[in-house]
Amino acid sequence: MEGLAFTIFAYLAAAVFAVILSRRLGLGSVVGYIAAGILVGPILHVADGGSGYLEQFSEFGIVMMLFLIGLEIDPQMVWRLRGKLIGLGGLQVVLTLALVCAVAVLCGLTWQQGALFGCVAALSSTAIVLQTLEEKGLLESDGGRASFAVLLFQDLAVIPMLAAIPLLAGGDHSAAAGHGGGSFVASLPGWASALVTLAAVAFVVAAGHYLSRPVFRAIANLGLREIFTAAALLVVVAIAALMSGVGLSPALGAFLAGVVLANSEFKHELQNDVEPFKGLLLGLFFMTIGAKVDLTLLVEHWAIVAAATLALVLLKIAVLYPLARLFRVRAAAAWLFALGLAQAGEFGFVLLSVGRERAILSEDMVSIAILVITFGMVVTPALFILYDRIVTAFDSRGSSDQPQEAPPAGTIIVAGLGRFGQIVTRILLANGHKPVVLDYQAGVVDALRKFGIRSFFGDAGRPDLLESAGLAKADVLVVAVDDVDRAVEIVAHARRSNPTIRIVARAYDRLHHYRLAAAGADHIVREVFGASVDAGKLALRALGMHPYEVEKRANVFVEQDLAGLARMAPLFDGVTPVVDNPDFIAGFNDIGRVIEAAMLGNRTAFDDLVQRGWTPPAFGDSHVPKADGRPPVESGA
Amino acid sequence: MRVLVLFAHPAQRASSINLAMAGVARGVDGLTFVDLYAEYPRFEIDIDREQRRLVDHDVIVFQFPIYWYSTPSLLKEWQDLVLEFGFAYGPLGKHLTGKALLVAATTGGRVTDYAEGGGNNYPVRQFLLPLQQTATLCGMSFLPPFVLHGANRIEAPEAQAHIAAYGGVLRALVRDEVDIASLAGRDTFNWAGLPLALGS
Repeated sequence: MEGLAFTIFAYLAAAVFAVILSRRLGLGSVVGYIAAGILVGPILHVADGGSGYLEQFSEFGIVMMLFLIGLEIDPQMVWRLRGKLIGLGGLQVVLTLALVCAVAVLCGLTWQQGALFGCVAALSSTAIVLQTLEEKGLLESDGGRASFAVLLFQDLAVIPMLAAIPLLAGGDHSAAAGHGGGSFVASLPGWASALVTLAAVAFVVAAGHYLSRPVFRAIANLGLREIFTAAALLVVVAIAALMSGVGLSPALGAFLAGVVLANSEFKHELQNDVEPFKGLLLGLFFMTIGAKVDLTLLVEHWAIVAAATLALVLLKIAVLYPLARLFRVRAAAAWLFALGLAQAGEFGFVLLSVGRERAILSEDMVSIAILVITFGMVVTPALFILYDRIVTAFDSRGSSDQPQEAPPAGTIIVAGLGRFGQIVTRILLANGHKPVVLDYQAGVVDALRKFGIRSFFGDAGRPDLLESAGLAKADVLVVAVDDVDRAVEIVAHARRSNPTIRIVARAYDRLHHYRLAAAGADHIVREVFGASVDAGKLALRALGMHPYEVEKRANVFVEQDLAGLARMAPLFDGVTPVVDNPDFIAGFNDIGRVIEAAMLGNRTAFDDLVQRGWTPPAFGDSHVPKADGRPPVESGA
Repeated sequence: MRVLVLFAHPAQRASSINLAMAGVARGVDGLTFVDLYAEYPRFEIDIDREQRRLVDHDVIVFQFPIYWYSTPSLLKEWQDLVLEFGFAYGPLGKHLTGKALLVAATTGGRVTDYAEGGGNNYPVRQFLLPLQQTATLCGMSFLPPFVLHGANRIEAPEAQAHIAAYGGVLRALVRDEVDIASLAGRDTFNWAGLPLALGS
C-alpha cells in the first residue's frame, strides 16, 4: 500500500508540476506529461518492467480517446470530408510509408523493418494535434478540418497495419495482430479467426444500436450518477476486452462503439463521464512513454536520434504540404496542416511494441524509435509556433496566391464572423458598406467574398492581422468574436493603435461589458440582451398586456438597465478583482435601482417612468388657464 | 357601408373613455376595428396593408383623444406614411375618392375652453382643419366630427351617453342609414341624436 501510494504520489506530483510548467512555456500539456515521465521514470524503475500494469492501464487513455472521437463523429461531416479523408489521408499514408521504407532500405535496414517504420511515421499523433488545435481554436479552420480528416483516416489505417505486421514477420497467419497475443482466436485457423473477428465487430454494432438504449435508459432511471459513470466505463472496457480477445485493436473497437453511439440521446452523458478519465489516463500514457525513454541510450546515440527526428519531421512536411496544396488547401492553412501533422503518434508506440514481439525490430531499434517519436512530439509545439510566424509573414506581404487579400484601406472592420458578426456584416452590406472581415473559418470568408467583401483569413486577435486589415485608417471596428479575453485584447490594441476609431464591441455579460469599456470600447452590446428583452416583451404580450404598453415598459427597463451599467462602469478598474473592490460591491446593489425595486413589488418609480406623457392631469378638472398667459396644457382622456 | 375604425390611443387604461368607446366599437357587427398602437407598437407601419384596408372600406373613422390640438403621434405617422402620393392624392392618386372620413375625438377641455375668449381660444372644429383638408385633398367627404368635451370622468352622465351613442352612430353607418351626402357640407351635427332619430 505504501509503495502504491508513493508511486501514485510521484506520478501525480510530477504530472501536475511538469504540465503547469509546460503550459506556462507554451509547450502544451503533452510535452509536460512526457517530461514528467522522463523525470520519474528512473526513480520508479519503469524501464525494468515494474510498471507493466500501469502501462496497460494507461493504454485505456487511448481507447477512451478514440471512443470519444467516435462519439463526436457526425456522419454528415464525414461525408463532407470524404474527399480529404480518403484522398488526402490515403495518399499521405501511402506516400510517407513508401518514402520512409525507401530511406530505411537505403540506410541498410530490411524492407520489413522499413515498412514497419514507414507505418509508424505515417501516423501522426491524434492526441497532440487535436488537443493543440482545440486549445488554439483552430479545429474549425480550413487547416484544422483537413488535419482532422487525415487523423481520422490514420486512426482507421491502424487496423490493416496491425493486421499486416504478422505477415511482415514471415507469414505466421495464425496469430492476429494487436495486444491479444495469447488470445483464443490465435489458436483458430485463418478463416475461423476472420469469422470470429467479424462477428465481434457485428456484435459491437448491433449491441450499440439495439441494446445500448434500453440499458442506458434503465440505468439513467435509477438516478444514480456514479452507476451511469460506471456503465460508461464498463462499455469502453468491455469493448477493449472483446477486441483484444479477437485480436483487434481495442482502440479501434472503442472508436467503432463511439460511432455507433454517436446518435444516441445519451451521447453527452457518455462524453461527460468518460472525458475526465480519458484526460488522466492519456496523461498517464504519455508519462509511461516518457518513463521508457532510456537516457543512457540517448547519450550514446544522440546523433542518430537527432538526425532521425529531423529527417522524420522534414520528410513528413515534404509529403504533407504538397499534398495539401494538391487538394486545394490554401497556403496558410496548408502550413498549419503540414507542420501540425509532422510528428509520429501514439499508435507508433503500439506498432513498435508489436514489431518487437514479432522480432522484426531489435530492442535497441525500438528504443531509438521511441526516442525519435517522443522528440517528434516534443518539437510539435515549436512547429505550431513556426506556423504562427509563417501565417504572419503571409498576411504582411499579402501572399501571391491570394491576390484578393491585398491589404485594403477599409473604413470598417468586422472581427469575427460567427452568428453575431455575420448579422452585423449583412446589415452593413445591405446598406452599401463593404466591411473588411477577419475570421479563421475559410468557408464563411469565401461565402462572403461573393458579395465583394475583402476578407482576411486568420485569428482576429493577432495585432498584425488587424494592422494589415487597415486598422490605422479605419473609422469603425466591430469586435464580434465570441472569445471573451480575445475581444478585450482586440479592443485594447485597437484603441492604442488608433485613438480616434469608433469601437463597437460584443460583450458576453455585464462583467465583460466593464472590461471592454475599460479597454476603450465606445459602444458595447451584450450579446443576448436584446434577444432576451424581446422574449420578455413577447411574454408580456402573451399575458395580455397592450403591445404599446409592453414596448414602453421594455424601453424603460432597457434604459434603466443601461443606466445601471453606466453608473457601475467607473467603479470597475480592470485590475482589482471585483470581489476585492469595495466600491464595485457597494455599487452592485445600485445597479438597477428602479428595476430591482419594481421586481420587489415597489413599482411606483418604474410605473412613473413608463407613464410619463399621455397622463391626464388630475381627473375632473380642465387645466386650461383662464387668462394668466401660462401656456395651456391640453390632454384628453 | 363598409366601416373602418382606426383607433389611436397610446395609454389605454381601464378608466379611459376612449377605451370604453373602443370596446363599444369592437362590439359592432360588420365593421373593421384597428388598434393602431397595438398593431404598430414600434411605429413600423405596414403601408401596403393599411392602404388595402382603406381601399376595402367606404367610411374611415379616426378615433383618438386630442393631444396638443392634434392627433396622437402614431396617427400622424399613419397619415404621413399611408396617404402616399399616387395613392391618396396626385393625378393618379384616386383610391380614396368618394369615401368619407369621420373624426371621433375627445378633449380634456370643456366646450367653454374651446371658444373665443376661452383658454384654448378657438372652437375644436378649427383644430381639426388639417384633418378636414387632408380628407378634401384625398377626395373624401369630411363628416361633422363626433366630439366629447371635458372627457375627464368616465362616470359622468355625458360621458356614458357619448359612449353609448358611439355604438349607435357606428351601427347606423354600417347599415347605411346615414345620409352622408347631406352631412358632408355641415360643420356640426347632433350625432348623439341620430340613433334616437333612427329609432335604434
